[in-house]
Amino acid sequence: MEPTNVENPDYYHKVVDCQWACPAHTNVPGYIRLIAQERYDDAYMLNWESNVFPGILGRTCDRPCEPACRRVRVEEKPVAICRLKRVAADLRGDITPRFPEIPKQKNGKRIACVGAGPASLTVARDLMPLGYEVTIFEKNDRPGGLMWTNIPQFRLPPEVLWEEIDYILDMGVDIRYNAPVESMKWLLEQDFDAVFVGSGAPRGKELRLPGRYDTDHIYIGIDWLESVAFGHTNSIEENVLVIGVGNTAMDCCRTSKRIGGTNVKVMARKSKPYFKASPWELEDAEEELVDIVENHSPTEFVVEDGVLQGMNFDIVEWHENDEGRLVSTKLDEAFFPAEAVILAIGQETAFPWIEDDAGIEFNKWREAVVDKTTFMSTREGVFFGGDAAWGPENIIWAAEHGHQAAISIHAYCNGEDLRKRPPEQMNLVSAKMGLHEWSYSNDYEYAHRRKMRHVRLEERLQSIETEVEEGFDLEQTLTEVERCLNCDIQTHFTGSLCIECDACIDICPLSCLTITHNGEEAELRTRLTAPAENAEQDIYVSEPLPQTARVMVKDEDLCIHCGLCAERCPTAAWDMRTFDLLKPYAGQDAEHPYSGLGIEEMAPGGLVSVTP
Amino acid sequence: MTHIAKPRVFHPSLEKNELGLTRRDYEGVMSTLCAGCGHDSVTAALIEAAWELAIPTHRAAKMSGIGCSSKTTAYFMSESHGFNSVHGRMPSVASGANAANRDLVYIGVSGDGDSLSIGLGQLCHAVRRNLNLLYIIENNGVYGLTKGQFSASADMGSKSKRGVPNEQPPIDPALLGLSIGATFVARGFSGDKQQLVPIIKAGIRHPGLALVDVISPCVTFNDHVGSTKSYAYTREHFREAVEAAFVAPKDFVAPADEITADIGSADVRDVRMHDGSVIRFRQVEGDYDATDRDAVYGYLRERQNAGEVPTGLLYVDPDSRDLHDVLGTVDRPLWNLPFEELCPGAEALDALMENYR
Repeated sequence: MEPTNVENPDYYHKVVDCQWACPAHTNVPGYIRLIAQERYDDAYMLNWESNVFPGILGRTCDRPCEPACRRVRVEEKPVAICRLKRVAADLRGDITPRFPEIPKQKNGKRIACVGAGPASLTVARDLMPLGYEVTIFEKNDRPGGLMWTNIPQFRLPPEVLWEEIDYILDMGVDIRYNAPVESMKWLLEQDFDAVFVGSGAPRGKELRLPGRYDTDHIYIGIDWLESVAFGHTNSIEENVLVIGVGNTAMDCCRTSKRIGGTNVKVMARKSKPYFKASPWELEDAEEELVDIVENHSPTEFVVEDGVLQGMNFDIVEWHENDEGRLVSTKLDEAFFPAEAVILAIGQETAFPWIEDDAGIEFNKWREAVVDKTTFMSTREGVFFGGDAAWGPENIIWAAEHGHQAAISIHAYCNGEDLRKRPPEQMNLVSAKMGLHEWSYSNDYEYAHRRKMRHVRLEERLQSIETEVEEGFDLEQTLTEVERCLNCDIQTHFTGSLCIECDACIDICPLSCLTITHNGEEAELRTRLTAPAENAEQDIYVSEPLPQTARVMVKDEDLCIHCGLCAERCPTAAWDMRTFDLLKPYAGQDAEHPYSGLGIEEMAPGGLVSVTP
Repeated sequence: MTHIAKPRVFHPSLEKNELGLTRRDYEGVMSTLCAGCGHDSVTAALIEAAWELAIPTHRAAKMSGIGCSSKTTAYFMSESHGFNSVHGRMPSVASGANAANRDLVYIGVSGDGDSLSIGLGQLCHAVRRNLNLLYIIENNGVYGLTKGQFSASADMGSKSKRGVPNEQPPIDPALLGLSIGATFVARGFSGDKQQLVPIIKAGIRHPGLALVDVISPCVTFNDHVGSTKSYAYTREHFREAVEAAFVAPKDFVAPADEITADIGSADVRDVRMHDGSVIRFRQVEGDYDATDRDAVYGYLRERQNAGEVPTGLLYVDPDSRDLHDVLGTVDRPLWNLPFEELCPGAEALDALMENYR
């Protein structure tokens, strides 16, 4: 193999599995260490820089980081990254003085955003500090998009939502409420320099089965949740069937339990391994005594004299056919009584307001054709992001789309090439503070994942406004932060210093290291101290070593960043170095424009010791 | 020295031996030796060998004296017996232990200071007794604990860290062992576990004293240019005399396949030990014969005079008889003999004495 090029920021970035998996590349281990030092403001700002909504995401994120967490390779559960984000948000002080200054003198460019959801708000956050005038058109009387209409208050208290949205609106965003954009052509005539469409995926999918339109007790999940959010709906019948088993279905069934539903069942066509809902949302629903019924495929709404009686289902079993596709076999039929049915089987984009001749191309599913790199549609100056771009994702993706669209909009308004993306860069500094002293806590914490405490069942079902999760207490926080393996503190190797004494190989608790002769990757992976079987994880290969011309090989897969290799290295050929990804933001030259947290602030003088 | 404890988390593919133990189960406490010390690699080789031989950890005893080397015994097999004795006296304490309990596996770890100066007489007589003991000398040519004075194994002309050459001739443990009847003589290098682990395995199973001289560089006081015991010098002058693989007797039925994987099958010679185990030698040096004491002695003198560091399982006596065998002691360990048998009383003594009248 060629010697690994660690100058490429991607190499070390990939080692930080959580950060790599996060669409917004939030510096997870960085903020976890800040929390450990009780620097909650800094931890919050580090989040705010990349994901813009730490308090909201600390409660609602889809957590792509957690399944990626390295910790699951040595024990059962990942670090509770999302919960720690909430800790940073809960315990922060007044951080508003740290927000970027908004230039009084505007740059003369006006940007229109459609919809006041997370994507548009992120565009505004990134462009306002550059002097842009941003106008957001929102159809409702308040901002937030699906964060407000679709996430129930018992998961996301409105004050948390409004506070973080206001941070952005208070930058001087011109937000127009009750202002649905009804014509793209009209919008294009309004003298904006660029348009950003962040209107989400607001249309719930239909279930066209017999009886669908014979009653008014069948609701579209996301519309129903919106109606509950606005207070238009405040009750539901006792027997409720929720069709679908994604996260919206979880929100629907749990909301039902709070406003009158006593017998609430979630009806799933497939079996549990194929459920779309996040495991933790499923757990929370089951904790609230919602029945999850597997392998029931709906066939008919049973309506008598305009009154919904229930639904008929085929009971099915699933198996893979020869082409590897999942097919079902009907075993039986079943009737489930219900007075209300909520359909939560997916959602899609809807652009009835974009005229066919507006210059924006659509594909056959009437999704806008959007460039994956530039986020621009086929019409110059019209950008898409969030769920509006490629269908339903989640808040953290919307935020990242917002960042990328802002970079494009800024380039577009300056007449620059949209395809020339500002590069990701990195800082890398030694974490060595002295003899046996490192700027991070590298003792392995054996504790298992701390369990989030929930409000008692009887209490929480009383009101839709009672937040279920109580957040981590100090003891939980201090234990959980120590579970983080500090994957951003990289093992950095300087081959020219190595005397091949084997000390690192002998000490490595996870058998990650080998000195051997070089070879082709596939073959080399088989003859390491422990075989490197996870092909998704890189192996590091050094330059030929000075004494024998063999190479140092490190399998990144199971390294727990304990630093023992560096600790036992007599020549400092191995060093632990703090990796700091420098993610570009629109029009910003500073290394960490929004948090102000450079590498000096991230790894300053060893950890402050904290006691509960 | 390291303050961080080695985390008790493991690679999921970590293998188990026939006792159901992993290599990690053969570890000891964290080493407090200097980072990069060759002795820590010897420790790792001992762990590997003991794991491969599936030695029940409670059936082994680790013996040592004084010095950096003698700290090693704390760093492996923490569930085994151990005796950290007086400077240079490890062989005597080991003799006593072995006399009392012949059933344990004895692993002695010493250094060039401990064994070639203050303990030289002890070493020689343990060799002569052919105590059933793996006797490792972690040889770095200096007294590390007292800041790097030359030891008795320092080569003529080897330079100290301050540039002063050694002007006294060395005691070479391999030549010494051969000259006083050692039944197993080997030399390894801490930087080459592929060679060292099979030597240690064969040494542990050798019925008698297995003298293993391991060049184990002192990173702090003897790893500079001009030293003849540095990593770089040893690598440059390293010469493998013969390659050995070891198969314990339980595998004796069909050893050929077992060891071919390690050593290949060309130019090999199997030496069958008394207990049925086999040491397979692969010829590296033409007609090298690891059972010919005089030839091996001559070979070592010749290569060392040429400035080389000859290594390998240099000599083995297939007919080795250990202390208990020679003395004809009972099979049962003495500690386990009923008191009446061990001490048959005044009448029995009188009867015995009658024989000599």
